[in-house]
Amino acid sequence: MTFTRLLTGAALALGMATTAIAEDKTKVGFIYVGPIGDGGYTYEHNQGRLAVEEHFGDKVETVYQESVPEGADAERAITQMALQGADLIFTTSFGFMDATVNTAKKFPKVKFEHATGYKRADNLSTYSARFYEGRSVLGVIAGHMTKTNKIGYIGSYPIPEVIRGINAAYIEAKKVNPDVEFNIIWAYTWFDPAKEADAATALIEQGNDVILQHTDSTAPSAAAKAKGDVITFGQASDMAEYKPEPRVSSIIDNWGPYYIERVQAVMDGTWESTDTWAGIDDGMVVIGEITGPVPDDVKQEALAMRDAIASGEYHPFTGPLNKQDGSEWLKEGETADDATLLGMNFYVEGIKGDIPQ
Amino acid sequence: MLRLDRRPQPSRLWTLLTPPLAVLVTMIVGGALFAALGKDPVVAIETIFWEPLFGEFAFYYRPQLLVKAAPLILIAIGLSLGFRAGIWNIGAEGQYIIGALCGAGVALAAYPSESWLIFPGMVLAGALGGWAWAMIPAVLKVRFGTNEILVSLMLVYVAEQLLASMALGPMRNPEGMGFPGSRNLQQYAPAHNAELIAGTGMHWGVAAALIAVIFSYVLLNRHILGYHIRLTGEAPRAARFAGVRPGRLILFCLGASGALAGLAGMFEVAGPAGQVTIDFNVGYGFTAIIVAFLGRLHPVGILLAGLLLALTYIGGELAQSNMQLPAAAVQLFQGMLLFFLLAVDVLVHFRLRWRRAEAA
Amino acid sequence: MDLSSINPILLLASLMVAATPILLAALGELVSERAGVLNLGVEGMMITGAICGFAIAVETGSPVVGFAAAAAGGALLSLLFALLTQLALANQVASGLALTLFGLGLSALLGQSYVGIRPPATAKLDIPLLGDIPVLGPVLFSHDWMVYFGLALTLAVWAALKYSRAGLILRAVGENHDAAHALGYNVVGVRILAILFGGACAGLGGAYLSLVRVPQWTEGMTAGAGWIALALVVFASWKAGRVLLGAYLFGGVTVLQLNLQAAGVDIPVEYLSMSPYLITILVLVILSADRSRAPGSLGRIFHASR
Repeated sequence: MTFTRLLTGAALALGMATTAIAEDKTKVGFIYVGPIGDGGYTYEHNQGRLAVEEHFGDKVETVYQESVPEGADAERAITQMALQGADLIFTTSFGFMDATVNTAKKFPKVKFEHATGYKRADNLSTYSARFYEGRSVLGVIAGHMTKTNKIGYIGSYPIPEVIRGINAAYIEAKKVNPDVEFNIIWAYTWFDPAKEADAATALIEQGNDVILQHTDSTAPSAAAKAKGDVITFGQASDMAEYKPEPRVSSIIDNWGPYYIERVQAVMDGTWESTDTWAGIDDGMVVIGEITGPVPDDVKQEALAMRDAIASGEYHPFTGPLNKQDGSEWLKEGETADDATLLGMNFYVEGIKGDIPQ
Repeated sequence: MLRLDRRPQPSRLWTLLTPPLAVLVTMIVGGALFAALGKDPVVAIETIFWEPLFGEFAFYYRPQLLVKAAPLILIAIGLSLGFRAGIWNIGAEGQYIIGALCGAGVALAAYPSESWLIFPGMVLAGALGGWAWAMIPAVLKVRFGTNEILVSLMLVYVAEQLLASMALGPMRNPEGMGFPGSRNLQQYAPAHNAELIAGTGMHWGVAAALIAVIFSYVLLNRHILGYHIRLTGEAPRAARFAGVRPGRLILFCLGASGALAGLAGMFEVAGPAGQVTIDFNVGYGFTAIIVAFLGRLHPVGILLAGLLLALTYIGGELAQSNMQLPAAAVQLFQGMLLFFLLAVDVLVHFRLRWRRAEAA
Repeated sequence: MDLSSINPILLLASLMVAATPILLAALGELVSERAGVLNLGVEGMMITGAICGFAIAVETGSPVVGFAAAAAGGALLSLLFALLTQLALANQVASGLALTLFGLGLSALLGQSYVGIRPPATAKLDIPLLGDIPVLGPVLFSHDWMVYFGLALTLAVWAALKYSRAGLILRAVGENHDAAHALGYNVVGVRILAILFGGACAGLGGAYLSLVRVPQWTEGMTAGAGWIALALVVFASWKAGRVLLGAYLFGGVTVLQLNLQAAGVDIPVEYLSMSPYLITILVLVILSADRSRAPGSLGRIFHASR
């Protein structure tokens, strides 16, 4: 492959050139799937980038490109950053997986980090957050807070990440409130505020008084606010503008500490290809302030759950647990392995309805 | 009072002069915008228009220009045939999606066979898929007189929903850990639309685009069908007297543009994109409409317009990551370029004149 | 599955809210298409209206001023389209698409400092007695004033097109611009006004999304509503009353789909999402069979010296 060699050569030459010029500046690139103004997923990744700038000051230069489509465009965007002398590149969406793998092959000297994927290489790490741990904590609050025993859940697409969250929340809600029932709407979008608002309204009108969401906009909170007497949770970012209610807590994606750690590793020359799946204990998943109508005992119980998960004392998927069809999944005391969790495509026992295929 | 007088003949001089003029005006106004955002306008303009062609890493961006321009040109060529005859296919995006689904469908069904027949089969399926999707508005138009602009547009949304359900359902990669998206065809050699010569960006889609340009040039200038197309667009009544059968023309124009859009989708999914994913389509079908008009519906013009637009895409991305220009500013800049290109077009067909105001 | 949990009254009420943005935008587009102008830039004008309305409402604290600003913003953007297509005689399809691109970029740029803010609430019309009527009360009389504005506008557009002299001229221009010109009407002037009206309505529709329905500002938040508005005009065969019907149908299918899911009905979501578009095509076919058709000069360029 002459082209590969050409690129590598250029990258090497450039690598030398830049190190000569800017000895102490580490260049870090970020590829975003959405606009940094989305107020949710990409917004939080960008907060992580800003945290890196804040932490390292002059020693680091960050660049980013927003709203990058998946596929050929992503590969070009990543290559571009590598060509421009980035030392470390974070590609922050699952859809960038193959593009990142391809680019990593062409630039062996550049370090890559791909979020939420499963393909690695010597210069390509993967990282993701155990958001389901946060869902368990929210599940506790949701189970206690519902008066109608109906909890609405707005899912984006039926993929393992989302299904995992539904299961985690359901398990805990069911434990504190055996009568609880989950009503799930698949919005078939990550981000369409109008549709999310409609979904929340539909759930509320059918008597669901707690709304959990796995889509990115604050529209469900706004809909809940309009209807009154319904609680919601922030997703991806804190959604603090809906404090103290209807938003009573949130799962915050907190990428800053991880990004800082990895940039530091590149600076120290200690960077290695790793597979990180971090949760509450590493600070990658943060539970937003619990506010509003949540009584103190519920709040304490939720915080205890958070701390138990953080300390490793408790695993959100601990047996005995059955799958939806009644077959045994986890025996008493057994915990789920990561491989099963990563590819989770089934509901646990008690959840009604089918996962769309 | 400023008046427009129609020229007896389109001005050759202005035909050649207007595009550079529009680019120049865009650079000035766009430069002002970038300056207002606190970026150096000269560097920004240079990054967008110069860097990808002659900058340090042009060896990488030049081939990428072809990759980006190929689907635009391929689709626009097909659309221009219909547009010339006054047949408006606005739904190329849908035909592009269906072409990709059909092409990928053949490959995924054949997996893991190593037969050499797979790629030709995909090409055929892609073209047929796009053709069939375009036949829906065509047949409705011929049979019932239904407006093809709207039917083809509606079918884009239907195709998008179909794409999402395919990526999540039947075409989902069984080894993909449950994530949406098909197998990556780049890793399946018999189906991979690879570069024909490594490092040039030339894949079959680029070749097809070039062939389409030549073919369309010959068709429009040397063939009776091309003559009929032009005649229908310019003088529908005369065309009827000349024995043009409008129904057949509609079927041909929509069918051809659908097939080319389908081909573009198929080459994209088998090559640069690699996968059927929920967000596979990135608007080539709509952008191609603009390309067709910027190229004045002329094959060579479309070739140049496609390359120009690809340049602003790639240069715009560069300006984003090098200068941290917001993506929105680049989008705005492209919008401006299109506005100015469309606006100065008036000089080709009309003469500007000062006249004393007179009663109409 | 529990269909009894779907409350038809609430369903109807939320349908009216869901339909309002596309209703407003479609009414505007209807008027400009009746004048013979096909403006495919509705999405761009909507989102520009969304940010203008949002920003001004936040700055002034008044949603009413916000809506006015949204209409002005949408109209201003459509003025670009008017200049291009009416004075520079550019192709309408290409100009409209360019307008959408331009509007999306512009709105994102304008909105950079408005992410994550809550706008002031738009007042609900509290009609004392009517709101208490069982069934009809909550369905018809418990909304914010923009919902009623949309209904009133529908009525106004319908009456103006049908009975007023201005409506007659507008239709004449749209049906046959050469004849209208020969009769001494200012074709370009009428069309520019129609385009501006279209822009203002699209702006209002966008602002309804960012100020009432969602309510927040995020890039790309119209998420295709402008294109649905375009489809709606055709669906309605260029008649104001049918636009209303169509908007309720479109809004209704979405709302119903979500309600069925919430009730646990096992439905193939992705196929149901296609249904509004398929229904539109079907309606188009039926309409074209009964010889009801688009304005004669739709999308054609007018130049007086022809």
